Amino acid sequence: MTASFRIAGAGRLTPARTARFTFDGKPYTGVAGDTLASALLANGVHLFGRSFKYHRPRGVLAAGSEEPNALVTVSRDAARKTPNVRATVQELYDGLDAISQNRWPSLSFDVGAVNDFGSPFFSAGFYYKTFMWPKVAWKSLYEPVIRAAAGLGVAPDQPDPDHYAARFAHCDVLVIGAGAAGLAAALAAAESGVRVILCDERADVGGALHFEKGAVIDGEAGWSWAQKTAARLAAMDNVRVLTRTTAFGYYAQNFVGLAERVTDHLSSPGHDLPRERLWQVRAKRVILAAGAIERHMVFADNDRPGIMLASAGRTYLNHYGVAVGRKVGVYTSNDSAYGAAVDLKKAGVEVAAIVDLRDNPTGKAVEEARALGIEVNHGRAVVSVGGRLRVSSMNIAPKNGGPSRTVDIDALLVSAGWTPSVHMFSQSRGKVAFDEATKRFLPGAYAQDCVSVGACNGTDSLEATVAEALKAGEKAAREAGGTAKGMKLKVDAAESWTGGVVGSAPGAGPDTTVKAFVDFQNDVTAKDIRQAVREGMRSIEHVKRFTTNGMASDQGKTSNLHGLAIAADALGKEMPEVGLTTFRPPFTPVTFGAIVNHARGPLFDPTRRTSIHPWAEANGAVFEDVGQWKRAWYYPKTGEDMHAAVNRECVTVRKTAGLFDASTLGKIEVVGPDAAKFMELLYTNPWEKLEPGRCRYGIMLREDGFIYDDGVVGRLAPDRFHVTTTTGGAARVMNMMEDYLQTEFPHLKVWLTSISEQWAVIAVQGPSARKILEPLVEGIDLSDAAMPHMSVREGRICGVPTRLFRMSFTGDRGFEVNVPADYGQAVWEALWAEGQKHGACAYGTEAMHVLRAEKGYIIVGQDTDGTVTPNDAGLDWAVGKKKTDFVGIRGLMRPDLVAKGRKQLVGLKTKDPKVVLEEGAQIVADPRQPVPMKMIGHVTSSYWSENCGRSIALALLAGGRDRVGETIYVPMPNGTIEAEVTGMVFFDEKGDRLNG
Amino acid sequence: MLLIRCPYCEEERPELEFRNAGEAHIARSTNLAAESDEDFEAFFFIRSNPKGLIYERWRHIHGCGRFFNAVRDTVSDKFVMTYKAGEPKPKLKEGSR
Repeated sequence: MTASFRIAGAGRLTPARTARFTFDGKPYTGVAGDTLASALLANGVHLFGRSFKYHRPRGVLAAGSEEPNALVTVSRDAARKTPNVRATVQELYDGLDAISQNRWPSLSFDVGAVNDFGSPFFSAGFYYKTFMWPKVAWKSLYEPVIRAAAGLGVAPDQPDPDHYAARFAHCDVLVIGAGAAGLAAALAAAESGVRVILCDERADVGGALHFEKGAVIDGEAGWSWAQKTAARLAAMDNVRVLTRTTAFGYYAQNFVGLAERVTDHLSSPGHDLPRERLWQVRAKRVILAAGAIERHMVFADNDRPGIMLASAGRTYLNHYGVAVGRKVGVYTSNDSAYGAAVDLKKAGVEVAAIVDLRDNPTGKAVEEARALGIEVNHGRAVVSVGGRLRVSSMNIAPKNGGPSRTVDIDALLVSAGWTPSVHMFSQSRGKVAFDEATKRFLPGAYAQDCVSVGACNGTDSLEATVAEALKAGEKAAREAGGTAKGMKLKVDAAESWTGGVVGSAPGAGPDTTVKAFVDFQNDVTAKDIRQAVREGMRSIEHVKRFTTNGMASDQGKTSNLHGLAIAADALGKEMPEVGLTTFRPPFTPVTFGAIVNHARGPLFDPTRRTSIHPWAEANGAVFEDVGQWKRAWYYPKTGEDMHAAVNRECVTVRKTAGLFDASTLGKIEVVGPDAAKFMELLYTNPWEKLEPGRCRYGIMLREDGFIYDDGVVGRLAPDRFHVTTTTGGAARVMNMMEDYLQTEFPHLKVWLTSISEQWAVIAVQGPSARKILEPLVEGIDLSDAAMPHMSVREGRICGVPTRLFRMSFTGDRGFEVNVPADYGQAVWEALWAEGQKHGACAYGTEAMHVLRAEKGYIIVGQDTDGTVTPNDAGLDWAVGKKKTDFVGIRGLMRPDLVAKGRKQLVGLKTKDPKVVLEEGAQIVADPRQPVPMKMIGHVTSSYWSENCGRSIALALLAGGRDRVGETIYVPMPNGTIEAEVTGMVFFDEKGDRLNG
Repeated sequence: MLLIRCPYCEEERPELEFRNAGEAHIARSTNLAAESDEDFEAFFFIRSNPKGLIYERWRHIHGCGRFFNAVRDTVSDKFVMTYKAGEPKPKLKEGSR
């Protein structure tokens, strides 16, 4: 296939460097440096896809990132499929494989196009109004069908195999946009000696110089001046030039997000390269040089393939060397499109006619066109076009009505004028101001340390743009600490244009029913916007949401101003009164890959492992996630399921002993002369009289009186406490302690240190616990007399220091051995070897839960839920009655917290001992009452207890302690379960085994 | 991402290093247990939630770990100033930056 629309001698690409690609399976050849759009146009392909709602055939509108129509899916392999890629920004590489979207069975024959003929039914708000009822049909019928019929590309169904990089960067001056304005600003700033980052979304710098041919800067053709300036900047140590890099978000304090596309233009990118790189830039000053975006004309069937922006047609010719047609019409309202006509004519392409809405266009551009013999129709409009899959003719009529004349064309270049790109300015929270003279929104009041230069600032001439940019670059550099040199650049020749129209063009006014598209991507017509106003929308924000104008992935770059003008006209108001919608990040779509970046898979969240983890892993432990921790859940032996393993572990602990890795417990050292005073304030319990060497179970409340955390606290010395917290509560307890210490009790001489990671903890529990420890411990008398339950000693075990707690979370004789974490596994292995002699087992968190539940020991966060007081949990004994202050003391006095009938923790025994209740199951007093039943509580913990030979459960139950002995009911899908309310202790009620 | 000046570290650091800790200048009574229900309600539950300048506590949790106070404009999300815990509440006019 020959690229028959490629014009020899035109453009800046090297024709010899070809690249093969496919579109919808058909092979084509392009040239290195092409975009997918320019390569297809060079092959005479104008039909790129089908529209979102009406499935209308669509082609290319633009030559840059503002493209609303030409969306394709680009695939490298089964996993690398990117939908909704704008063909105008996808650089061609050898082997590129693209397919069109939203069509079935094929692009040229699309069944969904019946929507176009049914379009009177699909006007704005159609979905809201039509599919209201029946409610169930929305989920099962309407939504799936609508979503399948209206849509864009299909998301990939495999994990993204690419990787993405992230960089933080700081600079003095960030310049966004590398057209003439951005280059001049960056050069001035860089020559002032400050750190500069210059970024541009395209592959090459140059901006509008891509299409504007006649500019001469500093004695050089504009394009070549731009390339040389970029090279000069890139060679400077204080400058970073980033092309293919979109500034997509402007956040607080000059924090700007850039997405750099590293490999999307490469034929076979190396595996070491990230696909994209996310830059998070903090700049002292930002210079916005984003340029302007051309608007299309809003007239009947203005979406036919072959109709495109004049600047796009000119870019395809002057940069890519591609003629958009053989017989091109031009429809404009300002001078800029004349340049396109002139360039095409000079390149040997027939220009059928220029249609200009203005009554008497004059000036250099107009004269040049006339001089070349191009027919100029002034005071006229294109009121309709022929052709469906490709424009074939235009009908020209006087703009105020009258007979029309048909002119055959195969492409139509349109220009309604230029919209300054204030997106980033608006994102920076700057307020745009309407310029009455030129009917456009320009940067008004600034909110951040930034400045706009060039076309995005409404500066029309290149000469003024360059002067403005140099000044801004030097000013920004000075403010950032640089020394400006007073740089000057001479602009020897340039085009200049201004003016244009907004809103609907002749033939698409309020009295018409034609489809004149405002927003191509969301299929919004001028008629839809007027209908929204008719149906009562007054604010542009409402019009936008009702019609979805500007809400597609192109964010209305070409459509917003037209939409606003049509709405203002229909409302009989001025445009600024109706208001412009807010621009939000991202400027163009950003991949999830770039945003998520490294934070996926194992790097999504840190994984914490104890020092004993490798032993547990080697010994077959099954792990469960507890916050970020991996905890050994149970240790199945060959042939055992979880139930069997847990039963065995529970029985073994009570029969002989078990070893449990409790290293994840939060641990905080509270040290200082006022340590006891501090503990008195933070915990409900009294601490002053706790003797060194003794432990106490402590409860911490929030100021509202509800349980926040609990744990055993050992007093190592008068001024030193070893505090333990729940595994999940470690960080927040430390934070709360620091908060009170720093802000409420700063007079206390106390220091807090997190020691959770410093100490490994091995619980040795069971009747044989002491015998297992004895041979390994030095310097500590383990006898009951010397070391009773709830005491703590410092000494050595296996030759390393230990803080040895005698305490129990099982109800059996128990110790918790704290050793420096580095020795955790060695000490565990020594204890394991001793334990083996006594038939001990290793047990996991599940057995730990069952054992503690057998004794009615609560787990904060499981048996409590942030609305439970110590009294509710049966722990009133732990609240110091004589204390005058502690966190939560006043909260506990609140009327609701002392009221009768509060939910209290109780035990439950099912009538059928084999039935294990479900945790979270709701409890009712009378199962025969009508639904919805009154729920009086819920099950918080429930297990099979092999030691008790039955199921056991804990529950929060309204007035629970007064109901002991009563029967309650737990309605479940398969029937109602009866249970008896009991006390919380199911095993060894007297507690004899603590010393057994 | 905001930059926040830690009055202890005496430099601006990214927001990621900090945690908000609620409204500032709400002192805990030295005799909290004796407070009336109304006073306790005001102390524990009622927050000003202003449109405009808010005085709030922040912690430089991934830095020096200190709690400090800040004045922030809830409309512009701009920090007007930060100061050490325990320092008096600065008197600022609406609209100051």
